[in-house]
Amino acid sequence: MVSIDYQAPHTIQEAVSLLANADMPARILAGGTDLIIQLRGQFKVPHLIVDIKRIDEMMQASLDDEGLKLGPSMSCAALSEREDIKAVYPGLVEAAYLIGSTQIQGRASVGGNLCNSSPAADTTPALIAVGARCVIEGPNGEREVAVEDFVTGVGENCLEKGELLKQLRVPAPLPGSADAYLRFIPRTEMDIAVAGAGVSVTLDKDGNCTAARVAIGAVAPVALLVPEAADALIGTRIDDEALQRAADAASAAANPITDRRGTVEYRRHVVGVLTKRAAKIAAQRAKEK
Amino acid sequence: MSEARQFKYVGQRSIRPDGFDKVTGRANFGADLSLPGMIWGKILRSPHAHAWIKSIDTSRAEAHPGVMSVATFDDMAAVSSESISAGEGATDLRDLARNCLAQDKVLYHGHAVAAVAARTERIAEEALDLIDVQYEVLAPVMDVRDAMEAGAPVLHDDMFTEGLPETPEKPSNIATRAELKKGDVEQGFAEADLIIERDFYTPTVHQGYIEPHACTVRYDPDGQSMVWCCTQGHFDVRASTSRLLGIELSKLKVIASEIGGGFGGKTTIYLEPVALILSKKSGRPVKMVMDRDEVFRASGPGSATRNHVKIGAKKDGTITAMQAKLCYEAGAFKGSPMMPGCMSIFTPYDVENAYVEGYDVVVNKPKVAAYRAPGAPQAEFAAETVVNELAAELGIDPIDMRLKNAAKEGTQTLYGPKLKPVGLVECLEAAKNSDHYKSALKENQGRGVASGFWFNIGGPSSVIINMHPDGTATVVEGSPDIGGSRASMALMAAEELGLSLEKINLIVADTESLAYSATTGGSRTTFATGMAVIEAAQDAVQQMKERAASVWNVTAEQVDWVDGVAINTTGDEKLTAAEICQGADRTGGQISGRGNINARGAGPSFAVHIADVEVDKETGYTHVVRYTAIQDAGKAIHPSYVEGQFQGGAVQGIGWALNEEYIYNKDGVMENPGFLDYRIPLASDLPMIDTIIVEVPNAFHPFGVRGVGETGIVPPLAAVTTAVGQAIGVAMYELPCSPPKIIKAIKDAAA
Amino acid sequence: MPKAHVTTIVNGYEVEFLCEPHETLLDVLRNSLNLTGTKEGCSTGDCGACSVTLDGRLVCSCLVLAPEVEGRDIGTIEGIADKEHLHVIQQKFLEHAALQCGICTPGLIVSTKALLEENPDPTEEQARYYLAGNLCRCTGYDKIIRAVLDAAETMRAETLKEGA
Repeated sequence: MVSIDYQAPHTIQEAVSLLANADMPARILAGGTDLIIQLRGQFKVPHLIVDIKRIDEMMQASLDDEGLKLGPSMSCAALSEREDIKAVYPGLVEAAYLIGSTQIQGRASVGGNLCNSSPAADTTPALIAVGARCVIEGPNGEREVAVEDFVTGVGENCLEKGELLKQLRVPAPLPGSADAYLRFIPRTEMDIAVAGAGVSVTLDKDGNCTAARVAIGAVAPVALLVPEAADALIGTRIDDEALQRAADAASAAANPITDRRGTVEYRRHVVGVLTKRAAKIAAQRAKEK
Repeated sequence: MSEARQFKYVGQRSIRPDGFDKVTGRANFGADLSLPGMIWGKILRSPHAHAWIKSIDTSRAEAHPGVMSVATFDDMAAVSSESISAGEGATDLRDLARNCLAQDKVLYHGHAVAAVAARTERIAEEALDLIDVQYEVLAPVMDVRDAMEAGAPVLHDDMFTEGLPETPEKPSNIATRAELKKGDVEQGFAEADLIIERDFYTPTVHQGYIEPHACTVRYDPDGQSMVWCCTQGHFDVRASTSRLLGIELSKLKVIASEIGGGFGGKTTIYLEPVALILSKKSGRPVKMVMDRDEVFRASGPGSATRNHVKIGAKKDGTITAMQAKLCYEAGAFKGSPMMPGCMSIFTPYDVENAYVEGYDVVVNKPKVAAYRAPGAPQAEFAAETVVNELAAELGIDPIDMRLKNAAKEGTQTLYGPKLKPVGLVECLEAAKNSDHYKSALKENQGRGVASGFWFNIGGPSSVIINMHPDGTATVVEGSPDIGGSRASMALMAAEELGLSLEKINLIVADTESLAYSATTGGSRTTFATGMAVIEAAQDAVQQMKERAASVWNVTAEQVDWVDGVAINTTGDEKLTAAEICQGADRTGGQISGRGNINARGAGPSFAVHIADVEVDKETGYTHVVRYTAIQDAGKAIHPSYVEGQFQGGAVQGIGWALNEEYIYNKDGVMENPGFLDYRIPLASDLPMIDTIIVEVPNAFHPFGVRGVGETGIVPPLAAVTTAVGQAIGVAMYELPCSPPKIIKAIKDAAA
Repeated sequence: MPKAHVTTIVNGYEVEFLCEPHETLLDVLRNSLNLTGTKEGCSTGDCGACSVTLDGRLVCSCLVLAPEVEGRDIGTIEGIADKEHLHVIQQKFLEHAALQCGICTPGLIVSTKALLEENPDPTEEQARYYLAGNLCRCTGYDKIIRAVLDAAETMRAETLKEGA
């Protein structure tokens, strides 16, 4: 375990100042379910650890007509208990709920999942599907980026020194919209996604799809927004043929690797299956709204 | 014999004697002991799968202010190649030394190279980086098939294949070739109407005990060195550790902590001699605890195998010949469970003609250790799968096919003896009559059945029962309790002493307090140590009868013992155990019963499992939807713990069948050394595991006991993969039957 | 780095300890506070043997830095029984033989208590999913799940009785 200087500021400004002025590598500690594992065995270089869980606004979520403002460090367990949020963004909350065991849920957060920037992060495709944006605070003030632009590579993101993800903003869904997220793992729990798919769709009164977003995870260095898959759904009644075209588009967009969790062929195949199934669930939910 | 015996305690579902401590967190496991002045040891492990060690320079580590001692292979006592008993099999003493700390060559990624003890665990870890090791990297060989090829990199240039007509001139990775035969397989195949032969692969798997290896030790140059560790056999830890340190048995006390799972994996030593060397050189007690990734990389997993099986049968289902070639990976040093694989593979079948050849092969992976019925699951997976295919092709129910050919009393085994009464037929009939087997399957579901066999062993066990002045008793045994065996020992002691359970306490004594007892393994403990408990109890009862007789001036034969009370059959006097023990000083001194035995006659245990699975044909995800394990226990002393053995074995087998495997990269580095990607079954993966206990008494045990610990892991591999094959319409021969393989099989079949 | 001074509540009692900031809550519980009932199986949050509650939420203590628990409220296996009286969950684990080796048992009991506080009447499936992060390699989970469901039923009956 690395030598660390542990700090737990109470405000975002304090956190930014600590991060900006750090004279050693600095890491932000949210739930710690990735970070603490990563720090183990790296004892050569001291690190500054900034625990952001004592900053109230990082731990809260509010939902209004404009949409969802999510404190990035709110635990997945706390988010899953918010029935109001689940009713509006069932897919996003599902994705958060899928991360790890009950124990991990008690600590892990959507913001942490995003900032860890693993290609297999479950909430990232779900956030992209609902058009979420990242509000970043830094020494030079606030800026905003779309989630699909936040992660830049395996374990890499656009945060500069001193910057902090302070909020996730999800726009209020259009009428007739709903989302869904599915992932594949070999067991029922505890695994990292072999592939994942987040889909949001908007249906008109006749059940025609007027808008859609499809994002896939664990099949490329970063989660991918797949407009071709969305286009396959838009203008259809999301019938089997449209679903299959969306699946094929997702498979075609995937650029996976073979590793201990799956093969290129398998991942390409199964991400299509997940896209199809997630789209079907999203459409069903939209109809029921 | 026990058949007519009415038991008062045996068969109860009593609370285990160690229960309170285990549910409150008080029980002390391997990593739970700290001693005054204690320091922490850590091991430097090889970053290469195969390399010469050119040099080891520990001077910078030794100069670190927090470091108190450093150990390398040179600190071990000189030992030569010699076979010693270790747990469930024999091991070579020199190999054991070289596995604990590498000599000249590292043979797998994670192989221990040197060790450091320091004031804190953290400093010890840091100091490992200060040890300079120069390697000359060699090509690794990671698969038994590759290792057997002529041009393969050779791990040991002094290893020449044994078991061939002539010792070869060149060294090779094949340590041993073995052969077993009965009848004439060529003749048998000629008589067959249908012959099926298949190739099988099973990967390296781990026992997956939740508690990592751990020990706390104190070296004492004058008298009594001490090792506290989690082990299945502390007497065998003493035996091997004392040799590697060059100290006498009486000067090394080994205390078995509570053990957090073993399944065969804690029948050998890794840390203990290293920790003792570090303690000797520092003058301090030393604690060492493996990290989880060290457990995966550098303890003793179960063998990967490549097996070929050919079986012939007549149209009516009669099996005419069975043949197999079994190739087992031993890991870095010879000694895979190839032989028990060869011996067990066809034992469920009463077949005239059988032939098995086996190969024990070294590869650049950690040296394998025993894993629950070592060698049998891999071999029987192959045989049972082919039997299922034959039954399907012949249009015979797979249980009927097995009943037609079932091994029974008098069946000549391939490995030597004729079977005594065994319960295979009873298990098959129970399976056939079960609600489960009669139930219908749904869409996308499949059902598989398979039999399993394991020998079980006996061996030496020592027990003392100390009678206390208030008439209570302490049973002192030497078998680490790995799954609740103390509960069974208490029941057997109560039965024989006639004392109620709350009057009986149990301890697992250290190596000083009791004579040698063999390692908990081979499903021997309830059988063999149970026999020793019974014998010790009988001895104590005999002594109490004699004391009562002396009070009454009659002979011991004139005294009956009923429910813990001596009764004078010539009069109406009675003396309770408490009265006899309280007055023991006046009748000749305190009373202890002794049962130091070498148990013979362990009865084999057969099992039959039924697995129903449902496969998502689009993702390849397999869910076990219903499962029944049926097994012969001889006599279930504590039915709940017997069921627990069936269930635990079944679920380990389900994991082996569906998801578990060591994944290596091309450099021989394990890529999944953690519970995240070495995927053992979770609570949410499983249904309830139904059990049926069959009881065909073992004539050699006073209560009829057969060991039950291991057989349960044998049938699931074939039962589950057969069920998957039925669900998807394509047979599966390679484990694990994971989603990518299932999707590939479906796509290939469609193409 | 200097040691951090931490004051926190463990099983209802205030405790203080000094820790190096890299140490985990698990390290401190076991090595500084001598609460070795919490077990270490993996140190990566994959086995659940080190499960404790932190401000009422179930967490893996191996994935909590020790300085994080300043002013928090921690519950461990040592706080489950009422002195010598076992909790219903502990009693049911014994009655159902829901443990073999016992290394996963403290974590499972802590997790089960958290489960039944959140959901006093779980279905078998809910219990299995809630406890998916607690690995047991001995039992195949059958007897554990039976013990959990039986404990839930007994606790519900007790609650009713108390209410009456």
